[in-house]
Amino acid sequence: MQKTTCKSSSMKELPEDLPPGCHGPVTVTAVAGRFSCCMESSAADIPPICNWLTTRQGYRFASIVIEEMEEEWLAHYIFYSDNGQGPVSISTRVNKADKALPSISHLIHAADWHEREMEDLFGLVFEGHPRLGEFVLHEEWPEGTNPMKKDFDATVPYIDQGPSSSCSWHPPSLVSESGAFMMPIGPIFSGFAESAHFLLETVGEDIIRMIPRFFYKYRGVEKTAEGLPADRALLLAERFSGTSAFAHSLAFCHAVEEIWKTRAPRRAVALRVMLAELERFRHHVAAIEGICSSTGLVVAASQAGILEEDILRLSCKFAGHRYLFGLNIPGGLQRDFSDSECLELAGDVKKIFVKLQDMEKRLRFSSSFLDRLEEVGTVTMEDAVDYGLVGPVARASGVAGDLRTCLPYGDYGSFEFSVPVEKEGDGYARLRILFQEAEQSNNIISQAVSSLPGGGIRQPLSPGARPAGAALGWAETPLGATFHWVRLAEDGRVARYRLTTPSFTNWHGFHLSVEGFAFQDFPIILATFGLSNAECDR
Amino acid sequence: MSGWVLKGLKTGIRTTLYPKVEELAPGVSPGRPAGGRAAGNKKPAAEACPVDAIAVRDKQVSVDYDRCILCGRCLPPAGASGLVKPAADYEWAYKIPRDTVAAGGAGVTKTCSHSLHIKVVDGGACNACLSEVSQLTKPYYDMHRLGFFITPTPRDADLLLVVGPVTEHMKLPLKKAFEAMPEPKAVMAVGTCALSGGIFGPGFAAGGGVKEFLPVDIAVPGCPPPPLAIIHGLLMAVGRKDPVPSPTSPGPGSGMEAAK
Repeated sequence: MQKTTCKSSSMKELPEDLPPGCHGPVTVTAVAGRFSCCMESSAADIPPICNWLTTRQGYRFASIVIEEMEEEWLAHYIFYSDNGQGPVSISTRVNKADKALPSISHLIHAADWHEREMEDLFGLVFEGHPRLGEFVLHEEWPEGTNPMKKDFDATVPYIDQGPSSSCSWHPPSLVSESGAFMMPIGPIFSGFAESAHFLLETVGEDIIRMIPRFFYKYRGVEKTAEGLPADRALLLAERFSGTSAFAHSLAFCHAVEEIWKTRAPRRAVALRVMLAELERFRHHVAAIEGICSSTGLVVAASQAGILEEDILRLSCKFAGHRYLFGLNIPGGLQRDFSDSECLELAGDVKKIFVKLQDMEKRLRFSSSFLDRLEEVGTVTMEDAVDYGLVGPVARASGVAGDLRTCLPYGDYGSFEFSVPVEKEGDGYARLRILFQEAEQSNNIISQAVSSLPGGGIRQPLSPGARPAGAALGWAETPLGATFHWVRLAEDGRVARYRLTTPSFTNWHGFHLSVEGFAFQDFPIILATFGLSNAECDR
Repeated sequence: MSGWVLKGLKTGIRTTLYPKVEELAPGVSPGRPAGGRAAGNKKPAAEACPVDAIAVRDKQVSVDYDRCILCGRCLPPAGASGLVKPAADYEWAYKIPRDTVAAGGAGVTKTCSHSLHIKVVDGGACNACLSEVSQLTKPYYDMHRLGFFITPTPRDADLLLVVGPVTEHMKLPLKKAFEAMPEPKAVMAVGTCALSGGIFGPGFAAGGGVKEFLPVDIAVPGCPPPPLAIIHGLLMAVGRKDPVPSPTSPGPGSGMEAAK
């Protein structure tokens, strides 16, 4: 057995010998980007190393990134943990003709959808995966279409939309009991819900199985970004998911700043924290509104609706855009805010928060409302870990992952705040998490404005000093952890952009919460998850 | 539970008085860059625009609102002095004249002037437009007072409100929804993506807007258009606001707003 070649000192736990089942060689190099450790191994060793990282070292799965190079496929498996060190990346190279990688989803279930997506978009085969096939691209796309491959032309519409195009899709049915039937919901919903399709299999009252069908909103953001200069790709990063625009543009800027080896000035970093928390605050109020209206508690929904619009107007008055678009830019912020403006903002947020607290108090004693949430849509902690769930949904099930504390970015390290965790994993736990996080956001905003550093808000960059390279950026969006993996080519244009979003991660586990519960609970569970399809489908 | 009723009564009426009275509350609209004739060099603003929405010809600045994504990069200091955002402006909707309406009789304008049923379809929007549409039924905008209602099925709908660039996967559902609507019917495209594909399209997966395959009657530009702009569009659809032609219709500077 070959020994590991280790040049790293930052990851102390690295094995003297290789993980069990691993044949080597595995090269380990120290920090590239903000990774604590980068390993490179043969494809066959990927499953044992990933398994060793998650089961022995306590790492959580973050993402798989596939890159198409000149003569080979380059795959990166990214993990992170709350041990205070950066993420870990394991890379492997596969001959371009081979197209096969070993599947890790039987060991790490969170990787399931990642492998399905890569199979669909790159035409790779993940050997051992039980369910590859149609996933992102629906039946309209001819078999063998792989839009993420370099030779695919992304600029022209692909499918001929003649009158002949017809839907030939038939839902897979698993429940075979007598009287079993299927209830389709979507892709067009009755109200303002985003396009997605859910098939509920049942024999009567309870949902036995839920089969989701997503990617109705697939806009090909990752492909469209390729070939764009960084400041143009930023627009895609910001606007593919409009309700968490600031957090996503922040993650993208983190990656680009890492590649360009620059840092946003201290004032910009502090302002970014403030704006990100303002976005979280607004998002959570909107999610609370969604939960109230899903249960038919009209007055509470109206009250939350008023607060939501108050925050939208506040954001617009303060930053010039109701959804905080157009603020982040690699190297800092597009515009500065005066200290007094920021203080005023914090004061206004606090006033809204006091109203929110009053609402929470009332909701706690609205028994008909609580009946619809308590012990409904439960996700156990084991399932949340298995599926690698993130954000408020995971924290309601007892999984305390928050990138603001796991992989601190910005200057979150200098603020006092807590990451709320609940145990029950039901709809009510998720609602409580939303209220508690809104409180924490309010706290962070007050702290941020009371100690704003002076100085500039944008690091000037000379066009010559923009090296090529790849880096991982991350941020805790209102819905959970997002990872933006960016490779910039020599000409400064994006060569590969990989988006891992919390909605993608959490939709994967959504079926856990509806199976076994009644039909009429479905919209309520949907609201307590509060996920975004724009963010999932990209 | 009676506490909620009292709370609701105590809160009072928050609803805007628009269209009777101009809404002037700060933050109802992000505003947008205004074109027009103004002194100074406008080239930097045109160069700063990432979506080529700003054109400068003979010192005349024109903004293509079908493409403008309200990114603010054309504003000072990047842009020149004349391109300011008119703050309280939100009446952004415009009407696309169609021969078929004239041929088919009165259309939605007359039939539905005081009761309009709207079917919302998400054609792959980023969620910001949908969020703004959903504000319409909340207390601040409460469009029910104007006789506008969201209906769950296209069979009851008079107006199809589409957001998003329309992705390949949503083309068929959207077409089916349109076909299921009874006559007379109208289509309203809301948001930059629905008008031109925005930053997503046209491409291999996202389309170049609704008008590619549905007859659009009312367009509401903006990224996202604020709720009042959407109400303006709805009022225009039923003839309660004067129809405005496209502000970027051919000809340099025609219909352009002057810088305030």
